[in-house]
Amino acid sequence: MKSTKKMPIRRILMQWEVVLFFMLVTLIVVYSKLSPHFLDLNNILRTTFNFMEKAIIVLPMMFIIICRDIDISVAGIIALSSCCMGLASQHLGAGTPELIFVGLLTGLSVGILNGLIITKIGIPAIAVTLAGLFLFRGIAYVLLGDMAVTTYPESFAYLGQGCVGNTRIPFQLVLFTILAIIFGIVLHKTTYGLKLFAIGGNSTAARLFGINVDRIRFFNFALIGLLSGLASVLLTSRISSTRPDIASGWELEIITITVLGGVYIFGGSGNILGVVISIFIVGLTRFGMSLINIPGLIMGILMGFLLIIAVLLPSFLRELQGKILTKQQQ
Amino acid sequence: MVKKRELILLVSLVSLITIISLRAPRFLNIGNFRDILDDTSLLAMVAMGQFMVILIAGIDLSVGAGVALTGMSVALLHQYHPEIPIFVIVLLSILIGFSLGSFNGILVSLLRIPPIIVTLGTMSIYRGFVFVISGGTWVSAHEMSDAFKNLPRGGFLGVSNLLFVAILCVITFGIFLKYTRTGREIYSVGGNETASQYVGINLKKIKYLPFMLAGSIYGLAGLFWVARYASAQSDTAMGFELQTIAACVVGGVSISGGSGTTLGVVLGVLLLGIVNNALTQIKISPFWQMGLQGLIILVAVIINTIMEKRT
Repeated sequence: MKSTKKMPIRRILMQWEVVLFFMLVTLIVVYSKLSPHFLDLNNILRTTFNFMEKAIIVLPMMFIIICRDIDISVAGIIALSSCCMGLASQHLGAGTPELIFVGLLTGLSVGILNGLIITKIGIPAIAVTLAGLFLFRGIAYVLLGDMAVTTYPESFAYLGQGCVGNTRIPFQLVLFTILAIIFGIVLHKTTYGLKLFAIGGNSTAARLFGINVDRIRFFNFALIGLLSGLASVLLTSRISSTRPDIASGWELEIITITVLGGVYIFGGSGNILGVVISIFIVGLTRFGMSLINIPGLIMGILMGFLLIIAVLLPSFLRELQGKILTKQQQ
Repeated sequence: MVKKRELILLVSLVSLITIISLRAPRFLNIGNFRDILDDTSLLAMVAMGQFMVILIAGIDLSVGAGVALTGMSVALLHQYHPEIPIFVIVLLSILIGFSLGSFNGILVSLLRIPPIIVTLGTMSIYRGFVFVISGGTWVSAHEMSDAFKNLPRGGFLGVSNLLFVAILCVITFGIFLKYTRTGREIYSVGGNETASQYVGINLKKIKYLPFMLAGSIYGLAGLFWVARYASAQSDTAMGFELQTIAACVVGGVSISGGSGTTLGVVLGVLLLGIVNNALTQIKISPFWQMGLQGLIILVAVIINTIMEKRT
């Protein structure tokens, strides 16, 4: 897969990332035909505000799915973190640095809890994070009831709404870009990344090779907790309010983006480029749908089908590639 | 081991009833008990479907949305064509549920997508379609005929139709799982897929069947749901999947497949039904419900895993 130079053109065209790239280009062309303002750089930058929080969680989700795990509690973690920030702001009058600290700490602690239960007791991640999804959001409901918190300080708004310096580049986009580069390097250039692929490919073999499988899985869950906390800080700042139903249903979209990006649902393969392109495909699609006023529940139908298609297409392509390869060998 | 587990459940059930009735004497009232049984009937039916799916190491997150979609479809049909006889509507509800469940099952068995991914997707798809077919409106009590609304309420010898159907459902599928060849194959595939394939079990069929059956059951439950509460809305049965999963894991069904008993599931259903009813009786805010159910699942799964490791 690595030596792209020697590949015949037909096989390059069938790389999943290339397919994704053409999908993104098509999407942009369609949008620019529909609205002449779309290709305006400022406009595109502004659009990214709508999906950077999800994008930040997609990165650790990539690690988790490559390891053949899954975390469906992420939206619950966002709600709980946001709720803790809300209470800190309302009752303790916390300032921006304290709020960020509370948000990140809540996310990290919940992630550690998930990780501990999954690796120490040995329960499938599906069961733990499914319970977590409802438990964490449930705690948010217990703490807030039907109230909303809107007492955030003005300086807090910068994180989710502000732009860097005098430019029109959103702070969130810069943060995501830095994180994506770090995650890309860790995945493709370090032994940690190699271990992730090894565990996803065959966890028993990985263990026999001396990889501490459970430590890495634990670290992944702690990491996704921390980054869900970060996403919660950004989201809460962007909409300047907290309600217990914040970010509901996000787990579907985050998993869809990850899988569409070519991360194999049974673990062991995936790459950062595909995932980043996929973030923009889904983000722009969603943005386009909201422009023509499609209600949320119908967007849900689309996301549901997209998830199923996203799982099917790459493996279909892989089979096709295999067929071409055997033909060439003959 | 299995027997011990059910004994523990039974003891906790009895002590729970005692504690609650000490705090709220009204709880022991016959009328209240009938309410609990009727409420848990829906849960018992759908939990039986969920049970079969979990047995093959699957999970069905689409049951709540499936109940809502079937319920809304038959309610709308009944509203615009009240002349259609009730038994045709009953058959239709099973048929709609059958199709929804089959869609899940085909994606899981033929296209080999993990159940969690399939049903996470279809949960959102089915819920979206409830909104599409209803246009966001409700079907309320005055738009349903008395015959329709009396379907779950009517009955004989003090047993409501709903309770009767639930008991029938539990017994039928209980016997199916325990005494038929296909039922044993379901346990076997959940216990060890590779070994089951080697002894010649048709994996595709066994992985499809539980989803299809679960669908057919929640289709029927969807009809009973809208008739019992005399309303069909876009958010009908929201989060019901959680209750069915909780009932199963509390009843001792292993989340990694292959083990669990019908009696356990029934006890799990009763325990959950009583907790739900008690929460309102001892005046605990409904905001606690979601978190509590999440906690119940988590604790039950932890206990199951520790007990499995000991044996």
